[in-house]
Amino acid sequence: MSEMASPSPGKEQVAAKLTPKVRTEGGVPNTSGKETPVRFNISGLNVFYGTKQAVFDLHLKIPVNKVTALIGPSGCGKSTFLRTLNRMNETIRNARFEGAILLDDQDITKMDVVGLRRRVGMVFQRPNPFPKSIYENVAYGLRINGYKGRLSELVEQSLRRAALWDEVKDYLHKSALALSGGQQQRLCIARALAVDPEVLLLDEPCSALDPVTTAKIEELMFQLRDSCTMAIVTHNMQQAARASDYTAFMLDGKLIEHNETSRLFTTPSDPRTEAYITGRFG
Amino acid sequence: MKRAALIWRKSLNVIMLTLTGVSALVVVSVLFLILGYLLWNGGKSLNWAFFTELPKPVGEAGGGMANAIVGSLKLLGLAAAIGLPIGLLAGVYLAEFGGKTFSFIVRYTTDILNGVPSIVIGIFAAAVAVLPFKHFSTAAGGFALGIMVIPITVRGTEEFLRAVPVSLREGAMALGASRWRTIATVVLPAARGGIITGMLLALARVAGETAPLLFTAFNNRYWSPGWGQPTASLTVVIYTYATSAYDDWHRQAWAAGLVLLGLVLVANVGTRLAVSRGGAARGV
Repeated sequence: MSEMASPSPGKEQVAAKLTPKVRTEGGVPNTSGKETPVRFNISGLNVFYGTKQAVFDLHLKIPVNKVTALIGPSGCGKSTFLRTLNRMNETIRNARFEGAILLDDQDITKMDVVGLRRRVGMVFQRPNPFPKSIYENVAYGLRINGYKGRLSELVEQSLRRAALWDEVKDYLHKSALALSGGQQQRLCIARALAVDPEVLLLDEPCSALDPVTTAKIEELMFQLRDSCTMAIVTHNMQQAARASDYTAFMLDGKLIEHNETSRLFTTPSDPRTEAYITGRFG
Repeated sequence: MKRAALIWRKSLNVIMLTLTGVSALVVVSVLFLILGYLLWNGGKSLNWAFFTELPKPVGEAGGGMANAIVGSLKLLGLAAAIGLPIGLLAGVYLAEFGGKTFSFIVRYTTDILNGVPSIVIGIFAAAVAVLPFKHFSTAAGGFALGIMVIPITVRGTEEFLRAVPVSLREGAMALGASRWRTIATVVLPAARGGIITGMLLALARVAGETAPLLFTAFNNRYWSPGWGQPTASLTVVIYTYATSAYDDWHRQAWAAGLVLLGLVLVANVGTRLAVSRGGAARGV
C-alpha cells in the first residue's frame, strides 16, 4: 500500500507513504467516522516460498463481523495471504513469513496452531467433504477439539447456520459424497462453523459452483456476517461487489488499494485498481 | 497400387486385432486350465478326512493334511503380524512424512527387498532364527514370510495414501487436526480399501511360498503345538508329496494345491466384499 501513487496527491498520500496505518481511521478505511473494531491486524507482512517472495510488505486490517473481499489477478498472492492467516501455509515446505499478524491483538505465531485454527475456520476452492457421513463431517472439528457435549445439537445448529439443515436432516448418516457440489460446499461451511470460529476464511469458495449455487453461498455469507468475520478471495468482481463490505485489491504480491467496497468500485483511487475492475487486465 | 495398400492396411488391422484377442484369451484360459486341472486331479482325493486327519504312514491309503492346513494358517498369521504393521507404518512414513534423501533410500531398499529371491530370504531367516536355536520352528517360518510381506505392503500403502487428495488433508488440518490425527482419522480411512487389498495381495503371495519355509519351518508329519516346533505347511507338503514316488501322495499333493488355492481365493473375495460393502456405507 505504501509505494503507489494516488491520483490526488497531498499530505494524506505522504503520510500513507511513511506510515501506512495512518490512512485508516479506527483501523479500517471508513466514511461513517465511527470506530470499526479490528479482528486481524496485519503489518509488514512478507511471505516467501523458498527464495521466491509471494507477498510484499502488506499492511491490512480486517474489521470485526464484516466481509472483506480480496481481489486481484491469478498469482497475485491473495490465496497465499489468506492461508497465512490461519498458518495453513506451514503445511507447505519452505513457506515462511515475516511481519506481524495479530488476531485480537495476539500474535498468531505465539498461539497454539490448533487453537488458532479453531478460531479461524477455512473453506476451500473445491468442496472437500471427508469420505464420512454428513453428521461425522460436521462433528469432526468438535471431536478433534475434544468437545464432550451434545454433538447432535451442535451438528444441527451448524447445519442450520449453513442453510443446509432442511435439505439433509433426513440423510444425516448418509455419505457426504452423495451431496451435490453446492451442498458439499455448504457442508464444508457447516463443518467450519461447528467449532464456532470468530473468522471464516473463504478461498474462492464459489469458483467450482454454478450461479444458482453461488447465489446461495453469497446469501449465506450475508446471514453469517452478524456473527462471523469473513475474508473471501474471489476472482469474480461482481461477487466482491455484491457480497463484501470491504475490498482489498492486490497485484504482484502487493496490496494496491483497500477501501469500502462501494467506494473502491465506484471511485478507485489507484489507476491500476480502476484498470482491473473495469476489466482492462487480469 | 492404391488398392493393394488398402488391402494390406485392412488385413494388418485384422491380424493385430486377432493377435491381441488371442493373447487375452490365453491369459484367461491359463487360469481356468490351472483351476480345472486342480479340480480334476485334486477333487478326487478331497474328502472330509483330508481336513481333519493327520497323514497316514506310507503305503496306507487315506489320511489327511489337517496339520499342514493349520500350519499354513499359523505361518500366515505370524507373517501378517510381523509384516503388516511394519509395512503399513513405513508406507505412511513414506507417503506423509518422508524427506527427500531418506525416503529415496527407503523406497529403493524396499524395491530391492521385494526383488530378493525368496530362497535367499529363507537362508537369511535360517541363519537368524534357526541356527541360534539349533532347531526348525514355526516362528522362523513366519519370520521369513513376514520379511517378504513388508516391501509389498509398504509400496501398496504408500501408493494408495498418495492417491488421497491434498484437499482432504487441508480440510482436516484447517479444523485444527494435527498431522497424525489427520492421517489417522481422514487419510487412512479414505485409502482403507486400497490398503487392505494391497495387504491381501502380499499375504496371498507369501501363502504360495515354499522356498523360505524349506529350512525354517521345515516339515512335520504330526501336529506342531506352539511356535517352537517345525511345522507342516501346504506348500512344503505339496513339494514333498509331488516329488515322491507314491501315487497316493501325488493325489494328496493335488488336493493340497486345490485347498491352498481355495484358501487364497476365499480370503481374497471375502475381503474385497467386506471392503466394498464397508466402503459403500461410508461413501468411499
